[in-house]
Amino acid sequence: MSVPHALLALLSEGPKYGLQLRQDFEARTGEVWPLNVGQVYTTLQRLERDGLVASDSGTEDGPQRHFRITPAGEAELAAWLQTPPDLSSPPRDELVIKVLVAARLPGVDVHQVIQVHRRHLVELMQQWTRIKDDGGAGDLGLGLAVDAELFRLDSVIRWLDAADGRLKRAALEPPDQPPASPLPRRRRRVGAR
Amino acid sequence: MAAVELQGVSKRYGEGPAEVHALRHVDLVVEEGELVAVMGPSGSGKSTLLTIAGTLEDPTSGEVLVRGAPVSAMSRNDRARLRRRSIGFVFQDFNLLAGLTAVENVALPLELDGVNARAARAEGTAVLESLGLADAAGRFPDELSGGERQRVAIARAVVGDRHLLLADEPSGALDSANAEGVMRLIRSACREDVAGIVVTHDAQLAAWADRVVFLRDGRVVDQTLPPPSPEDLLEPYHQR
Repeated sequence: MSVPHALLALLSEGPKYGLQLRQDFEARTGEVWPLNVGQVYTTLQRLERDGLVASDSGTEDGPQRHFRITPAGEAELAAWLQTPPDLSSPPRDELVIKVLVAARLPGVDVHQVIQVHRRHLVELMQQWTRIKDDGGAGDLGLGLAVDAELFRLDSVIRWLDAADGRLKRAALEPPDQPPASPLPRRRRRVGAR
Repeated sequence: MAAVELQGVSKRYGEGPAEVHALRHVDLVVEEGELVAVMGPSGSGKSTLLTIAGTLEDPTSGEVLVRGAPVSAMSRNDRARLRRRSIGFVFQDFNLLAGLTAVENVALPLELDGVNARAARAEGTAVLESLGLADAAGRFPDELSGGERQRVAIARAVVGDRHLLLADEPSGALDSANAEGVMRLIRSACREDVAGIVVTHDAQLAAWADRVVFLRDGRVVDQTLPPPSPEDLLEPYHQR
């Protein structure tokens, strides 16, 4: 979550006070990501130092200080929107490691391990769905933020389902070769430029 | 009271080497007002569970109780009446009759049950209105979008005094916005004396349910626990 860019986006709508920025930020993200006021002012100071925002000259620091975005800030915001976040390097996913280990460990039922995690993920999705349901269909910020969580959790469940099926098929067709190491031997790089 | 209860239900198809165990000793209680999702991969027995809960098929062994009444003790006619009056079905492919308008489709189960056409139509219109589908009433299925068709099918499934809604992959071919609309509707239909069972392989659908039951190879292997409060869920975000 890039707080500086979120603040630039809010300032691109027009000049605002720090407190107002905090309220707008929380409202737009469905109050899923609260910000404390100190975080807002620290970020604004840094943005001002870098020339991306400007404040009313002659006024003191405090709640009455007006901030506005500069042309450099507009350019920074536009560039940020178009820059893909770094999703290319494989994260050290604890769940993947657990399943890889459980698949090779004698006396461990990997399907049961998968089910424990599947259930936990579905329970989290139920909770997010309830928040979305309570918020009603009209709360755009909440809908967008909760959907992001739901799709993320759903993708992990899909991977677990695929792993479950792959392990079942593998158990029916024992490999001719001795089992490989539980971790991929070569790290393949994706997205390197 | 339990809207429907499966007690030790097993279902076998075929014999000898071709024998398939679709369900094995399944116990499931769904209370009034509760929405339960049954989640499992293809071939796990989800659809069989739904047809048996809906009295469309008999279990090989075990018993099904609908509002406390054992289905095995009912005659064919009794079961047909139970399905017409008490149970609504929603399928992936909508199953609306092409020659009837939306409101006629919704009113049809009532008319089949002997309600006169005018009263059935009035009740059909009321259900469509309550589900925000008043605009669709006079249109034929081929004049409706996929999402609208499925919402009309849900209206048909809850019209009259039904207390059990059974849905098989109800948002199968719909995009995520329409799928959410369908689940919001099913969720709101199951808030009073109507219970629902949705079978699906899709976690985003299942997450609308009060409880998710996991089916694997015909067995119930696990189910979700009751949720903590939303405040507990948001706590880690508030600490960031």
